[in-house]
Amino acid sequence: MIFSFQLLFEAIVFGILLGCFYAAVSIGLSLAFGLLDVPHVAHPAVLVLGAYCTYLLGSYGWDPILAGLALMPLFFLFGVAMYRFYYETFEKRGTDAGVRGLAFFFGVAFIIEVGLILAFGVDQRLVEADYIGKSFTFGEMRVPLRMLLAFGIALALAAALTLYLSKTFTGRAIKAVAQDEGALRLMGADPVRIKQWAFGIATGVTALAGALLIIIGPVEPMTDRIYIGRTFCVVVLAGLGSMTGTLAAGLILGISESIVLMHFGASWAPAVAFGLLLVVLGIRPQGLFGR
Amino acid sequence: MRSRVVPFWIGAAATVVLAGILSLGGANEYFYFAGYVVLQFVVLATAWNILGGYAGYVNFGTAAFFGIGAYTSVVLFKSLGAPLLVQMAAAAAVTGLLGFGTGLLTLRLRGIFYSIATVAVIFIAETLMINWRYVGGAAGLQLLRPSPMVPFETYTRMLFFVMAVLAVIAVSIARYIEISWIGRGLRALRDSEEAAECSGVPTLRLKLLACTVSGALMGMAGAPLPMYLSFLEPASSFSLNYSVVALAGAIIGGTANWIGPVLGAILLASMQQIVTVTISSEMNVLVVGVMLVVFVVAAPDGILGLIRKLRRPRAAPGSTS
Amino acid sequence: MSGSLLRVAQVSKHFGGFSALSEVSIEIAQGERFGLIGPNGSGKTTLINCISGSLRNESGSIVFDGHDISGLPAYQRTRLGIARSFQIPRPFSSMSVLENLLVPLEYVVHRRSLHTADTRAEAMQILQSMGLADKAGTASNRLTQVELRKLELARAMAARPRLLISDEAMAGLSSTEVEEVLAILRKLNDSGITIIMIEHIMRAVMSFSQRVICLDAGRIICEGTPESIVKDPEVQKAYLGA
Repeated sequence: MIFSFQLLFEAIVFGILLGCFYAAVSIGLSLAFGLLDVPHVAHPAVLVLGAYCTYLLGSYGWDPILAGLALMPLFFLFGVAMYRFYYETFEKRGTDAGVRGLAFFFGVAFIIEVGLILAFGVDQRLVEADYIGKSFTFGEMRVPLRMLLAFGIALALAAALTLYLSKTFTGRAIKAVAQDEGALRLMGADPVRIKQWAFGIATGVTALAGALLIIIGPVEPMTDRIYIGRTFCVVVLAGLGSMTGTLAAGLILGISESIVLMHFGASWAPAVAFGLLLVVLGIRPQGLFGR
Repeated sequence: MRSRVVPFWIGAAATVVLAGILSLGGANEYFYFAGYVVLQFVVLATAWNILGGYAGYVNFGTAAFFGIGAYTSVVLFKSLGAPLLVQMAAAAAVTGLLGFGTGLLTLRLRGIFYSIATVAVIFIAETLMINWRYVGGAAGLQLLRPSPMVPFETYTRMLFFVMAVLAVIAVSIARYIEISWIGRGLRALRDSEEAAECSGVPTLRLKLLACTVSGALMGMAGAPLPMYLSFLEPASSFSLNYSVVALAGAIIGGTANWIGPVLGAILLASMQQIVTVTISSEMNVLVVGVMLVVFVVAAPDGILGLIRKLRRPRAAPGSTS
Repeated sequence: MSGSLLRVAQVSKHFGGFSALSEVSIEIAQGERFGLIGPNGSGKTTLINCISGSLRNESGSIVFDGHDISGLPAYQRTRLGIARSFQIPRPFSSMSVLENLLVPLEYVVHRRSLHTADTRAEAMQILQSMGLADKAGTASNRLTQVELRKLELARAMAARPRLLISDEAMAGLSSTEVEEVLAILRKLNDSGITIIMIEHIMRAVMSFSQRVICLDAGRIICEGTPESIVKDPEVQKAYLGA
């Protein structure tokens, strides 16, 4: 292990960029699980699905970011359908739904993963664009352009979603339904439709996040497994229901992973998210800003 | 379902005797390989159901307990030349402790946090083994099997018998828990944890007990793996397939009764062998995933539930058993 | 007449910034019939949860039969002799009515006994005294509202408590059904069980209780006999609004 301030500084800068990216890929889960209480363990699989769809469009010449944006409405509808199905099958029936709901999403994640293997094979896939492969040089550091791009888009995404939830009527209805469904019902709003809409947004956002994923680096069908750790780590560390916390938590994870990566090597980096998750669950399960 | 004591023990004894006869007899060697795998999944699904079916906590990390059981064996074999039974006992101790620890960390929280923590354990365990040179790191370790114990002709036949006995033990433990006051307490806390506490049920202790027993059995199922393969490496030992088949086996078979996981595991494991050989190994994982989703949505009580509905369409659930 | 069975001293409970209970103190004597009233959200169920152990109070102490139970988990308090019913019934829905009672019988009374025959007979006796004997084999998720309320009480009874807390057991019942439940509670009190009753149905509370306390916004605003409580202007203001 070589220690130098230069290395540490680079690790932190890289970690900040990475962290914002992690926040972006987790924000859908923050909404679906943190606010809506859906045990959506298939979220990382949907993320990878988004990455592969971007790859597919990329093979027809689409720019990955445009592809991601174009996929958003499609994934929105997919999310609405998924929530509706989940609600009708599990949430309505109560009692045993906990186990079955979890098992359902676990099964869906697995089906998506294997489906991707059958469709695309196990090899890694990547996309190409002008901004992939170039780097900016700041002083002695080289920062890949695609990281900066992902960082910028991620920030914009997180900011947009946070604003949406606090400023618009539907956004606040979503937060209301998370806090007190009964009261909302009494006010004449239909909680199921609101949750459906919210879940759709969460899935739509994940499409763009999937595009970012494949922009940042190559993707393979089993990528969803490591992202279970990263996304749930961010969401739990943030505190369920906190959108702003997601950004902070993403940064913490990104910086930690980056430091471990640079000092201990790539074989230890995947365990950081899972380890941090366990630590948070043990010490402060309500996270930084939890409800 | 009413389980009667005498027929069960007769059935258990008969199974052990049958397995013994088979392992001494002259069946095709492939039979013992495949049979070992099926029995292994019977243990895993049964162990999973103790926590998942009876208490309602979904363990995604069966692969972690299984893999750590296998690696415990390797460590003991490599360092002390320990015999198989000692390996299994040690594996049970290590994974039982792991189950206890995971439970202690997360069982005060909601169920999904326990499930996510179990995924974390898989990754952390796998990462640790990848980086540990003593057990071969990412490339793994080759092992030289000792000679099989006296009545058995090949090591595989001996392992087949050992796994059969372990399956009978696992099922007996699951059945005891199910029909005893422990099982009733677990079901009570699954139905309503608050009401269970106020009825005198020490919910945390029972949950920890289920976690520990479940984890220990899973570790014991993994312990003979290095000897079975003469080889051990991280990626396949911690394969998510173990987690999926254990969970799916219990749910598809039916989680309410000990027979469910047995049926489900036999069904899935046999089917996996057939599909892998005839179509492809990815296809078999896909089939398991689809079956899981279909059953969870359409037949939540599993095969046992379907059988019950066909036999007595108007029976009240939970009546005296 | 023996001394106090339950002594709640300066108990407070907060949820985030919301103060559900503020320095509540109550003393309940052995064998007493005690009523707890107050508008919705006044903290009645929170107080009950703190006594039964479902929640931990942040400050103050709770002493039951000479033991300080403030730090004990709920199941240990039940084993000491505190039982409660739930406002919204929580049956063990995967079990039959009879089996619901086996849980407290096995975990409180007969700890780990293997003699299921005895516990079933005892459970049947309790069901008979509650008028639920003919429903013994029915799945508990198929009962009517009043049957569910009775099951709640029966299950609490099965734990052989010394203190029974009935949390709005009569809400939404017809007057005949209310009388049924009242009769059961009176019979239990006659056999020596101390009872705390939380109710909104005033005539039930007033006819049943020897002493009543009124909570509002987490504080006790009045304490006394049913007659004096009914006439108290603070109580009237709390219920009807200023």
